[in-house]
Amino acid sequence: MTTLKVNGHTLETDATPDTPLLWVLRDHLGMTGTKFGCGKSLCGACTVHVDGSATRSCVTLLSTVVGKDIRTIEGLSQDRSHPVQRAWMELDVPQCGYCQSGQIMSATALLLQNPAPTDAEIDSAMAGNICRCGTYPRIRAAIHRAAELIKTGGAA
Amino acid sequence: MSARPTGPGGDLPAMDRRKFLQASALAGGGLIIGISLTGCGRPSDKAATPGVGGQPNAWLRIGGDESITILIDKSEMGQGVYTALPMLIAEELDVPLSAVRVEFAPAGKDYVNTLLGTQITGGSTSVREAWTKLRTAGAQARAMLIGAAADAWKVEASTLKLAGGAVVDAGGKKATFGQLAEAAAKRAPPKDATPKERTTYALIGKPQTRLDTPSKVDGTATYGIDVKLSGMKYAALAQCPTLGGKVRSVDSSAAEKLPGVVKVVTVGSGVAVVADHYWQARVARDALKITWDAGPNAGLSSARILAELKGATGTPQSARKDGDVDAAIKAAKRQVSASYELPLLAHATMEPMNCTADAKADGCDVYVGTQIQQVAQGAVANALGLKPEQVRIHTQMLGGGFGRRLEVDFIPAAAEASKAVGAPVQVIWSREDDMTHDAYRPPAYDVATAAFDGNNGLSAVHLKLTSPSVTARMFPPVVEKNVDPFAVEAAANYLYDVPNVSVEYVRHEIGINVGYWRSVSHSLNCFVVESFMDELAHVAGKDPFEFRRALLDKQPRAKRVLEEVASRAGWGKAADGHHQGIALMEGYGTYVAQVADISMVDGKMKVHKITCAVDCGQMVNPRIVESQITSGIVYGLSAALWGEVTLEDGKVRQTNFDNYRVLRMNDAPELEVHLIESTETPGGIGEPSTAVVAPAVANALFAASGKRVRALPFAAQRGLV
Repeated sequence: MTTLKVNGHTLETDATPDTPLLWVLRDHLGMTGTKFGCGKSLCGACTVHVDGSATRSCVTLLSTVVGKDIRTIEGLSQDRSHPVQRAWMELDVPQCGYCQSGQIMSATALLLQNPAPTDAEIDSAMAGNICRCGTYPRIRAAIHRAAELIKTGGAA
Repeated sequence: MSARPTGPGGDLPAMDRRKFLQASALAGGGLIIGISLTGCGRPSDKAATPGVGGQPNAWLRIGGDESITILIDKSEMGQGVYTALPMLIAEELDVPLSAVRVEFAPAGKDYVNTLLGTQITGGSTSVREAWTKLRTAGAQARAMLIGAAADAWKVEASTLKLAGGAVVDAGGKKATFGQLAEAAAKRAPPKDATPKERTTYALIGKPQTRLDTPSKVDGTATYGIDVKLSGMKYAALAQCPTLGGKVRSVDSSAAEKLPGVVKVVTVGSGVAVVADHYWQARVARDALKITWDAGPNAGLSSARILAELKGATGTPQSARKDGDVDAAIKAAKRQVSASYELPLLAHATMEPMNCTADAKADGCDVYVGTQIQQVAQGAVANALGLKPEQVRIHTQMLGGGFGRRLEVDFIPAAAEASKAVGAPVQVIWSREDDMTHDAYRPPAYDVATAAFDGNNGLSAVHLKLTSPSVTARMFPPVVEKNVDPFAVEAAANYLYDVPNVSVEYVRHEIGINVGYWRSVSHSLNCFVVESFMDELAHVAGKDPFEFRRALLDKQPRAKRVLEEVASRAGWGKAADGHHQGIALMEGYGTYVAQVADISMVDGKMKVHKITCAVDCGQMVNPRIVESQITSGIVYGLSAALWGEVTLEDGKVRQTNFDNYRVLRMNDAPELEVHLIESTETPGGIGEPSTAVVAPAVANALFAASGKRVRALPFAAQRGLV
């Protein structure tokens, strides 16, 4: 058994150490908010935070995240109150929505490091997250909006 | 199954207006409203015509607990039906959208799409098909609720109205929907229930927040891949790398010894490795030793496909014939001809193909994101030897559709594997499986010829379009005697006022399955028609916008969007170093015009901005209309810039997003959408904008560089993107 810290909880899994974190989360731990898109760190759908950094869980082996703080979309808030989630709802960002957990986790990691990103900084930080519905203009606007919400008191 | 094409203008067929509605009591009290299609002629699909008094299909369920549940027969794949369709019913019930719950309807003949002849989410039909049907269903419910209250209170129905989920009278007397539901359900549904007047709309035409947004920002939305059943196993599928090939033999001994592996099952589409966990199945799949029978496509290459399309000798079928093109060309003062090439494209939905099935003695439950429930049902029934009604389709959220989930190739394997192991099984395709085993957008080779008369007037246009037919495989009856209507879109409805027009289609199959891809043949033909219009404008020495506009007097809606986009984009006033291109199309009853703004740096093209004007008739939710228009542009621009699936030895060379490049945020141009207010019948919005962006960019590229790109993608031109 391997012990993991996910969203502040200590969880045990029988997945082998060479299992990608994505499948540990989705399949062994039943947390399906993190999505499988490409398996090669090319699309960003599987993005989670490892010690606060945006990380592609599809290429991150379980053995490499033991003892680290893992945060997934399920751990962002209990009630969609995280400023990034609020901004996403205000602007109705998702369409099919499949990539949005990853988009939100990338955006959240960006705002943790850079509370007031420019368009260019947003583009650069979000370039690893593909959205086939093309929600990019709303994602960018929502990141600016989330930055405002954080500035006026919401915790990132 | 049959598909009913819509007319070029996207008109609703008469049968939609002859629909008839039925209502019945819901077990346990309450009201359900169904619509059946008795009397609608669907000659090739008689089984889909239920009789009166048959099992009613619910669009609307009002419970004694005041719950209002709206069932949607269309799949939510990002296009917003989860919000737009409930709006149509909520409008008639005078309740806010927040008061309704939404459920996906099961597979069933009562949910047949009246525009397309089977239960299907496609063809940008969702709102067009529902527009009259669901508002009428809502109007019937309204009349039945008011009728129940009028009887109870012994007053005239005309003195009552709906407000806040209740029937009220002028004096404030009130009975809630829940209180009235049972009595209302006993009433005969009125035949003359009329939907509300446009001027009284509270919801329709006003931006509404999507109902599916909350579940899509906290990870709780359930897509097919998220389904979890008790005791469920996971499977990875090995499919023949050569398209159309089969398994000859399998040595699974090594794979079966690996941890977690439950069983290796040969299924119709390949070899499924079933394991306790997905990653175990994926690892074990690599340990299979499979000998494939490459089948008829061994040796097939993209070069051969193009050569075949160019040399196709099939008899051209006429899709449009005005006047006498041959005579006009003979008499021409000047003749212009150009040929265009379009590649195979993958759909590349974000959610790879997957399906979960639970095969039991009495049937099979299937949990899947599908755009085509009845065909999925039939495919599973065939695979397991069941009757279709023994297969229960539970539609999940779709992580993108774009036409890919109109295919059912990824569905039966889960059922076959489930039956073999006696447990529910979820089959998940890898991205590589998905990319290399798609039903690709057809390639095309098209030749356009035009004639100018002695007054420099465009006197003839002839289009000869050569491509394989999706419809011939999917809905054979549609093309038995006629040209495939879904191969000549954006061409057969040629908009410009030219006295002699001929559109011909040569169907040429290429050995592999081609599929419907967002905007279907519009994405092929709009590129040809609008690139060619640009060429003709330059030959005529005219401005590309003015040249088009002068030929649109008989097409006021097309003319309006063209003028709107030119005005909004500042046509002719590009910034220094920037260049513009324009394109126009009618598709799905919607008119779209776009202006692309680009610049060139060291021979490399950068797309800065796409301005788009749209007339889609009456809008239901303008917020979703706008997002679908921008979505379509991004999807179309990805394909225009980089999209190309190539084959070598019958195998697809593109495998993942590194070698099948799509638009990312840092590549995305500025997008500006202008929606034209209209009271015309709603048109489709999911697809039309996709097709218009490629010619707009190609025309801008010509303006910038004098280089005419007639073969997509742009990336095939060395150094251009």
